[in-house]
Amino acid sequence: MTEKVFTSCTNEGPINVYVKDGKVLRIRSLIAEESEFKPWCIEAGGQSYSPPHKFNLAPFVYTERDRLYSEDRIKYPMKRVDFDPNGERNPQNRGKSGYERISWEEATDIVAGEIQRIRSTYGGPAITGLTSSHHNWGIVGYKMGPFLRFMDMLEYTPVLDNPDSWEGWHWGATHSWGFYWRLGMPEQYDLLEDALKNTEMIVFWSNDPDTTRGIYTGQDSVIWRQWLKDKGIKTVFLDPYYNYTAAHMDGTWLPHKPDGGTALALAIANVWITDNTYDEEFVTNRTIGFDEFKKYVLGENDGQAKTPEWAAEETGIPARKIRSLAREWASRRTMLSAGTRGGEGGACRTAYGTEWARLMVLLAAMQGLGKPGSGIWGTTMGAPSDTSIYFPGYADPDSRMGISRAADQQISNPTKQRLYRLILPEAILDPPISWHGEGFCGHALEQQFTPFTYPMEGYPEVRMFYRYGGSFMGTMSDTSKWVRMYQSPKLEFVVNQDCWWTGETQYADVILPACTSLERDDIGEWGAAGGYSIHGSIGCNFRIVVRQKKCIEPLWESKADYDILALIASKLGMEERFTEGKTAVDWAKAFYEISDMPGIMSWEEFDKKGYAVINPGDDYKPTPALRWFYEGRNCDTPDPLNNKRNTDKADELGTYSGKIEFVSQSLKENMPDDEERPPLPRFIPSFEGCRSELYKKYPLQLISPHPRFSFHTHYDKHSKWLNHIPTHRIYKDGYAWWPARVNPQDAELRGIKNGDIIKLYNDRGGVLCIAVITERVPPGIIHSYASSASYDPLEPGNPNSVDCGGCVNILTPSRMLSKNAPGMTPNSCLIEIEKWEG
Amino acid sequence: MTRYGMLIDINKCNGCYNCFLACKDEFTGNDYPPFSLALPEASKPWLKVKEIERGRCPKVKVDYLPVPCQQCDTTPCTEKSPEGAVYMRDDGIVIIDPEKARGCKEIVNSCPYRVISWNEEKDVAQKCTFCAHLLDQGWKEPRCVEACPSGALVFGDLDDPDSRLSGICKQASVETLSPEFNSSPKVFYLGLPKKMIAGEVVLADKQDVCAENVEVAINDGSAGRTTKTDYLGDFVFEGLESNYLYTLQAVQPGYKKKEVQVKTSTDVNLGEIVLEPE
Repeated sequence: MTEKVFTSCTNEGPINVYVKDGKVLRIRSLIAEESEFKPWCIEAGGQSYSPPHKFNLAPFVYTERDRLYSEDRIKYPMKRVDFDPNGERNPQNRGKSGYERISWEEATDIVAGEIQRIRSTYGGPAITGLTSSHHNWGIVGYKMGPFLRFMDMLEYTPVLDNPDSWEGWHWGATHSWGFYWRLGMPEQYDLLEDALKNTEMIVFWSNDPDTTRGIYTGQDSVIWRQWLKDKGIKTVFLDPYYNYTAAHMDGTWLPHKPDGGTALALAIANVWITDNTYDEEFVTNRTIGFDEFKKYVLGENDGQAKTPEWAAEETGIPARKIRSLAREWASRRTMLSAGTRGGEGGACRTAYGTEWARLMVLLAAMQGLGKPGSGIWGTTMGAPSDTSIYFPGYADPDSRMGISRAADQQISNPTKQRLYRLILPEAILDPPISWHGEGFCGHALEQQFTPFTYPMEGYPEVRMFYRYGGSFMGTMSDTSKWVRMYQSPKLEFVVNQDCWWTGETQYADVILPACTSLERDDIGEWGAAGGYSIHGSIGCNFRIVVRQKKCIEPLWESKADYDILALIASKLGMEERFTEGKTAVDWAKAFYEISDMPGIMSWEEFDKKGYAVINPGDDYKPTPALRWFYEGRNCDTPDPLNNKRNTDKADELGTYSGKIEFVSQSLKENMPDDEERPPLPRFIPSFEGCRSELYKKYPLQLISPHPRFSFHTHYDKHSKWLNHIPTHRIYKDGYAWWPARVNPQDAELRGIKNGDIIKLYNDRGGVLCIAVITERVPPGIIHSYASSASYDPLEPGNPNSVDCGGCVNILTPSRMLSKNAPGMTPNSCLIEIEKWEG
Repeated sequence: MTRYGMLIDINKCNGCYNCFLACKDEFTGNDYPPFSLALPEASKPWLKVKEIERGRCPKVKVDYLPVPCQQCDTTPCTEKSPEGAVYMRDDGIVIIDPEKARGCKEIVNSCPYRVISWNEEKDVAQKCTFCAHLLDQGWKEPRCVEACPSGALVFGDLDDPDSRLSGICKQASVETLSPEFNSSPKVFYLGLPKKMIAGEVVLADKQDVCAENVEVAINDGSAGRTTKTDYLGDFVFEGLESNYLYTLQAVQPGYKKKEVQVKTSTDVNLGEIVLEPE
């Protein structure tokens, strides 16, 4: 049989899949015909910058074949051996008991039967379900597609996501500069050209774009940073870890304590105010509340001037370095790069991380946010791009099978009750629980103040949990509590549907094997998240929409998610309503037809060719992000989410005043007395940091940023190839251990040598890692990535057991950013380490 | 005549391991006769990446060194191999014939660069082939080069004076790995890490700001180099030879000169050098 080449798309780039005799041979970056590329060219400083004609994948995409055939695939439907839906359920044994293979018939009978039983006993809202993000790319199979359509039909209780990668920006920065429609992150249009032309210095603050890659845009921006480096642009990295971008750009590293960011920012503001080196005109005309901020920074009310000398103690950076950094920053056209898409970064996931994120906005404002070469830019977005051609990203309503125009009939769920992901275990174990904020608050600032209580009046507690894709053991906080939740008799039935075994799979009663996106049909645009981060593909050098082909038949007894749900729906008598008689290809075509793509290429041609590249036109006119605001003009960027655009307030930001707010009017109006997120941002000592009582017992600070060689919990564990990369995992005695990075001084104090197995621990638990002794962390800091897909407790099913898999999230605090800002704080985490002799 | 070679620019390498994983993807489980048998599932790929960390916090450098078969013209790997088991193609690519070399474990140790691995199951020595099977099908470059996002890997024809590779290789700073092996590799490097001496100058009476523009000089007894501290008072001398004894001087008008002896047995972060006023 001859070799066939299929097109597909992943989280981190489009691919060609080579298949021979029904077996995948090779994964290659998608090769488009040369004539497809009409690349942009940026002229700056006498140089022309134009991208290579290719799509640059993130490393783990090259392991797609390995994880496709992984031994970790869930091969058959399974049932926990001591689970009997008609008898003893033994929920206390979840995580301990083994599984037996069952038929699809039996599995779907059990799942459909339990759905029926629970709906008739308690009502549809007694069912809940939760998905991980991005375990597959493509809008037909995405989590917001079939899964949500199905669950909404059941009238389930949705679980609100927390904005886990950008907490402080969402719960904090929105109150300084609006952009709630982007969940606190800024627009990034055309900032590559702006930077190449105008920027002299970039301050990377808690940002490692070479690792986090604009979330979905692979390595297309690597060449941008190479250009900036070749141009000799100064870079400085404020990060407790000497990160990969710092290594690549050979920048200056100023390590600061994980919870020192707010103090450092205030000290920089102090220098600018004292030296009078801030943009006074901008501050006067485009901001409010500066006088109050100035008083606070100079210590006029509390008697403590926020000087570099004061901040030196909090940050660990010598005062002279802070002062000279501030002066250099003010004297040059400087980009603040505070998170991969402009606003993210581990510092926003610390205690009171809202304050750091707000201060990032305020610092940028003091230097004229939007001025040529000077703004907030993650260095991963902002390529010239034709955004006028519409294709729905995964989060757009149009690509959600349940509510899309592509569906004949939209489904709406009348259930008002909500759960919240970060505290789902508390909700099950110890209700009632309350919190403020509607998860992703993208429609209005006021959503952040909405009070929620679970169970909601008139609604039942949830009894059934449908878990789909990935593992939160490695991504949420204090995650042993998830084990406790699973073992609660409150959860009468737990089903897990996934492609692979991950940390949470072994807590289900019934396990359903899903196939990967290479085994089914789909469609997707690279990098296009849509929704609140619309135009995400400006992080790619070329827009490309891909017809994701079914390359091989589903392996073992796995099935497409859509087909699994259709099967269950049929047993519930809901199949026709669920599928509308459509196949996956029918849906792909329907999504294509409601986009602008048919104007470029017919479906038939697209389906045959497999992809379409969208190039910017010759008459492309850049509209750099926030230049309009700096210049006092109406917004001219193509941001359709900006609801003031094309109104008489088009020159305003999304704050109450329309300006940047040193004193937040939205906080002042809605929660004026909140001392932990006050209208004026301020330094609040961490609840778990160097000043805490706990520091005496646990004198090391753990930071657990997003990983470099995996994506959330995806690819880790399921590709053994990655285990050969020592940054990712390291083999010792045949086991692939998760690395923890330790400064030589801390290691020596504890008799730890490179390659030793060490226990990281605190009162919340213990995790075994392999010690990497390195100068890339300063003394007092332990660095170990979040997102281990493996949760491998020494005593399975015991929530207090030490984990060997590397789920350092077990150690991180449950406590939220602050009492009314329900974000996670994994980077405020005190631990101790010791050599493991067990 | 085509003579394939590769250039690896360490300054551009971001350590993403795309080259490493693309190599793993190409060869794991896939036979490409007559050039190679499949790489075993549990083996590292034939292109290795070495991570080199230098210095002391906070003056740290990290470099990545991708090391494929160096495609030596003198083919040291032929020395201990049976006749015809290791050969050079007309295009310069060195191939271990998986049939003729079967059982000959000595080939592994004959490579001074240690880039030949032993396939226990197939009883054969294996190494990078520059993806000869793909080049023969018309591919322009091996998998590792295609996968590189930063342009750190450049593949081409060394005999074509107009190739991009030839152009770069004309630069004086191009090196080979371990030239002492005298094996005439066709893989070249730019920016191979050397030793560094770094530090910060602090003026004893002006400790509230960094000491910018202070002259710092090093001398190894015969030649010297001079630099100035940057806005953070920091200086760095890169590209130094190993195990040299250097005299470092920090000079600022109005301050007592300070001299330090430094040996580059490792990369050195001198920390703070405090100059006292005269």
